[in-house]
Amino acid sequence: MSFQATTSQTVGPYFRIGLSPLYRNEVAGLQAAGTRIRISGRVFDGNGAAVPDALIEVWQANAAGRYRHPEDQGAAPLDADFVGFGRIPTGADGGFQFSTIKPGRVAGPGGCLQAPHIVVSVLMRGILKRALTRIYFGGEPANAEDAVLALVPASRRDTLMAQSDGEGHYRWDIHMQGEHETVFFAV
Amino acid sequence: MSDLKGYRKPWWHTQPEYVHPAYGSTVKRGPLQPLIEIPATLSEVTGPVFSATTIGKHAADLTAGHAGESIGERIIVTGRVLDENGKALSNTLLEIWQCNAAGRYLHEGDLHDAPLDPNFTGLGQVVTDAEGRYRFTTIRPGEYPWRNHYNAWRPAHIHFSLFGEAFAQRLVTQMYFPGDPLLPFDPIFNCIADEKARNRLVSSLDWENSKSEFALAYRFDIVLRGRHQTPWEK
Ligand SMILES: [Fe+2]
Repeated sequence: MSFQATTSQTVGPYFRIGLSPLYRNEVAGLQAAGTRIRISGRVFDGNGAAVPDALIEVWQANAAGRYRHPEDQGAAPLDADFVGFGRIPTGADGGFQFSTIKPGRVAGPGGCLQAPHIVVSVLMRGILKRALTRIYFGGEPANAEDAVLALVPASRRDTLMAQSDGEGHYRWDIHMQGEHETVFFAV
Repeated sequence: MSDLKGYRKPWWHTQPEYVHPAYGSTVKRGPLQPLIEIPATLSEVTGPVFSATTIGKHAADLTAGHAGESIGERIIVTGRVLDENGKALSNTLLEIWQCNAAGRYLHEGDLHDAPLDPNFTGLGQVVTDAEGRYRFTTIRPGEYPWRNHYNAWRPAHIHFSLFGEAFAQRLVTQMYFPGDPLLPFDPIFNCIADEKARNRLVSSLDWENSKSEFALAYRFDIVLRGRHQTPWEK
């Protein structure tokens, strides 16, 4: 057999049948340490229309900056009540929302710490492979020294910033196209 | 700390572009700006691990768990999950979904006028064994129409979702059936220029795993991205 990666195909409109068993919009367990936050937003297409059949998957470190994964051998402790995975389908208005804790800083390129962030896969009918992006936190001082953000043109960094509207709630929209097209990454 | 080994870039023309006009919905949904290349960080070389997390005892048999027999041709689907370096991915979760034998999904968004089967849900989950093998039993899915263009029909297919070992490896794909006359006309199957890569989405008839007087088997191997290797690891 060949050792080229299998070609990606769209999730199509009916992914709920197969993917709903792992839907979870509470990323942190009740006992997880850290600052509780809620992130909500909407997904828009190039016409500015809501995308009601998208799926958002998130992955993040715990409050101490440790991923629950064998590759993370950092000194920060694991949290027994925190895995860090969320999977949220959009509703009829293109909206999604999840609750979690604010992630800690994790190691980045060149030995510098990254700013707190959540990695995100966006899947939907109408895209043939997942779109990879990140949620950062607007106003976070560490953003200024983040090696990944530094690769993003300054004029587009806003698209990655969840903005606090108070009481631990952040707003972060996804624009697939248009003037405010979200920054998507290749890794 | 030294920088982490990243994942191989896709071979030329083996992964789709976001905008593929023959598949009409991509035109307003696919990002238009170039992707920003970033180095693999701890955030991308880690990811959720769902070893042995399945939905229960019927998860590997989509024909089971209902009051009666599912309608349609029973089939076995089997294969291996490897990475591009040939490493078997053991204990990795595959999520599976499909329409029934009549070409109808158990989903309120599916308005195709074909019957639902009360004995078929179309949801499965399997975890690979130590050699990266998986196996499940199901019903051969039907073809179904969609609205992409006049007289548009999807070839028979089964949807697969895999996490692998890292966020960088995430893959959602579709498995097709050999000899399906709809394949040359399907814009989703034909989303890439590389014919060999495309044809690897087509399963092959698998005599070895077929069960006489019970079910034919189809083989579908899946390759997730592999990490760059240092020369002495090759
Ligand atoms: Fe489908």
